[in-house]
Amino acid sequence: MASRTPFYILVSLLFLAGTALTLHRHIAFDIPWFPGEQRQTWSIEAKIDFEASGDPVTARLAIPSTQPGYTQLNQQTASPGYGLSFLERETGTYAEWSKREANGNQSLYYKVDMLVDPFAIPDEQNMVQNVKPNVEKEPYATAAKMILERATERSSSNYTLARELIHEFNNQEQTAELLAQVKPKTVWIAQLLQEAGVPARRIHALELEDGRRRQSLIEYIQVFDGEEFDVFNPETGDQGQADNLLLWQYHSGPVLEVIGATNAQVSFSMISQEQPFNIALNQKFADNEWLNFSLYTLPLEEQAIFKGILLIPVGVLIVVLMRILVGIKTSGTFMPVLIAMAFIQTSLMTGLIGFLLIVGVGLMIRSYLSYLNLLLVARISAVIIMVIGMIAIFSIMAYKFGLTEGMKITFFPMIILAWTIERMSILWEEEGAKEVMIQGGGSLLVAILAYLAMNLDWVRHLTFNFMGIQLILMAITLVAGSYTGYRLLELKRFKPLTKLDKS
Amino acid sequence: MSEAAVKMNWFQTLRERYAHPSALSKIGVLGMNRRNVSYISRYNPRHLFPLVDDKLQTKELALEAGVKVPDLIGVISEQHAVKDLSYILQRCSSGFCIKPAHGSGGKGIMVITRQSEEGYRKSNGQFANIGDLERHVSNILAGLFSLGGRADVAIIEDLIHFDDCFSGFSYEGVPDTRVIVFRGFPVMAMMRLSTAASNGKANLHQGAVGVGLDIGDGHALRAVQFDKPILLHPDTGLNMMTLNVPHWEEVLTLAVSCYEMSGLGYLGTDIVLDRFKGPMLLELNARPGLTIQIANGKGLLPRLRQIEKLSHKKRMSVADRVAYAREHFTDHQ
Repeated sequence: MASRTPFYILVSLLFLAGTALTLHRHIAFDIPWFPGEQRQTWSIEAKIDFEASGDPVTARLAIPSTQPGYTQLNQQTASPGYGLSFLERETGTYAEWSKREANGNQSLYYKVDMLVDPFAIPDEQNMVQNVKPNVEKEPYATAAKMILERATERSSSNYTLARELIHEFNNQEQTAELLAQVKPKTVWIAQLLQEAGVPARRIHALELEDGRRRQSLIEYIQVFDGEEFDVFNPETGDQGQADNLLLWQYHSGPVLEVIGATNAQVSFSMISQEQPFNIALNQKFADNEWLNFSLYTLPLEEQAIFKGILLIPVGVLIVVLMRILVGIKTSGTFMPVLIAMAFIQTSLMTGLIGFLLIVGVGLMIRSYLSYLNLLLVARISAVIIMVIGMIAIFSIMAYKFGLTEGMKITFFPMIILAWTIERMSILWEEEGAKEVMIQGGGSLLVAILAYLAMNLDWVRHLTFNFMGIQLILMAITLVAGSYTGYRLLELKRFKPLTKLDKS
Repeated sequence: MSEAAVKMNWFQTLRERYAHPSALSKIGVLGMNRRNVSYISRYNPRHLFPLVDDKLQTKELALEAGVKVPDLIGVISEQHAVKDLSYILQRCSSGFCIKPAHGSGGKGIMVITRQSEEGYRKSNGQFANIGDLERHVSNILAGLFSLGGRADVAIIEDLIHFDDCFSGFSYEGVPDTRVIVFRGFPVMAMMRLSTAASNGKANLHQGAVGVGLDIGDGHALRAVQFDKPILLHPDTGLNMMTLNVPHWEEVLTLAVSCYEMSGLGYLGTDIVLDRFKGPMLLELNARPGLTIQIANGKGLLPRLRQIEKLSHKKRMSVADRVAYAREHFTDHQ
């Protein structure tokens, strides 16, 4: 006998590859083991208000994109009568509204959904460009220089310099007040850091809290240290980004620009939502081509088809196990899987009743056909036509009686039904009704088991989300294919042999 | 009844009905999975299957190899040739039988014991006319009896005049002897006797009686019906243990020569005893069933393994192999 070693190596390779793929999907893409897990998303609405006076109006609002901790899902705007476009600029992404003639109080809305996502892959974070050093007038230049010198003395790195600078502004109140006459504190801090050769900028962030309305952006200082960055609270000097802090504008540009109107302001309201993870993932992966092999990149309709296709191996495995380990006889090797697929569409009870009805009536009519001595192909074709006729009649009858469930009978694969009837009928003639009951019952039993397995939410979730599962199923099937032990029903069949030994 | 007692009861029923796998492997019972993986797929090359699945090819092969088979009267392979049936039947004076070349399990076999003015006398005593026979042949050609309903060929062959020594053991139908031949050695044998319950058919799962035969001398070891041991024939009341197959050496030699002619390592041979011509090959089976173990009360595995261990089998002649089997696979030591 040829060595089985290559076989076992193949099986273990398949199994290991499957397990590795599955774990990778779980760890790298945060796909949970169980269905129905929720992911938190934030719906944030920005409302822009301004007073227009009949002139052409252009309003430009900076909008956030995917960043560490948050993945941008979808965005919407509501702004009747305004033209809208999204702009990509060096200073960030903007939504731009425009109108030729606007009058009175105007409100524009922008809504974005952000997924709380520790695995977010941020859009490229642009570094701070070196701005030309501003030449400040006296006495501001000297005051600023003083503060910077003190902070530099007490610091050792980019981050500590930022912290000390903020502390200096807080401690030297008089100097700070003097400087604040020309520009806000945060602008000074960012500018001084730049002068000291530390890439830094002013950013606008939003503190997320469920159900808050009329919130405004808070200014932070973003300081870079090589590739890394961190944010500093300009009031307290605290370092670090809180979990609920969403960076709204972090490209050194303005948050809101309105041309042609006055009293412009923007306010934010937000709610937190729990979404099933698959909806969240669907949105996350909807326009991400870089993502490795994932069904979430397919259109929704194809995803639905694949959900069904990927379940078939599970059903097939059930058939394999039932036949090899238990020894149940089925009519037609994989007919039970197809019946189980139909059950998924129809629900179990409706499916069972419909199946028994069609096959039962079909067998009766088929027994008449066998009197006609037809050739095989013609006979099967006649049975197919007969099955279609029966399905039509049952559907109409069910509808007339108000049983809309009965309509689902059309989900049964007709060719398969016809072959089932043909096989059962031949079996009946050759082996008698008992064998028909054994094989028919066996097929139905396996079909129901396959249905129960394929209909489990957990199984559907695993097969759809983890391609590796298919490899594991393959490995199990191969192992089952080389099983040479006894079948369960053989233990019963050969029982008389063991009794003989004792007597 | 307490819950624990219910549990115990359930467990006991299970133990009564089902054998422990280790108990079966101790006896060496061959299971379906092992038969398929370790014997059929290993010893029976796929391309040889058509030889045994088609009775016409088997017959031609047997004639070439000099293995005795029932005489072929005629073959009808086209629907338009069905009307020639009466012409073909003139060639034989007495009984004949019509069977499908691809039939399995005795399906579609029609036995005519005598031709007379009244018509054709069937084995159950009823008379049929030529129209009935033609319809039967037409059904065979349409594939009614073949596996998967494939188009088939009808074979008309000489009637077997089965040996009187079996009268009383079989109810209607022809008793046949199944010998499992493994790499040219007869390893196990049984006789299949039809009963009223099996409708004159020799199919064990339809209620025919299986009688395990000693490879040494062909006497009955044990009889089973529906997998249960019996002592008397359910219809005739004869003691099954008195059954003894005559011409045993010839039967085994015939079975073993089927290995030479077919090339199949794991083979089921069905042999009938003709009153005049002695043992004749009825058909071959490349996937012989496992019930023979129940009829014999023994597992096949120890004998199969013993044969697999033999290294000098190549040098053994047919007669040597038969002698080897008769010496080793018998209850009489």
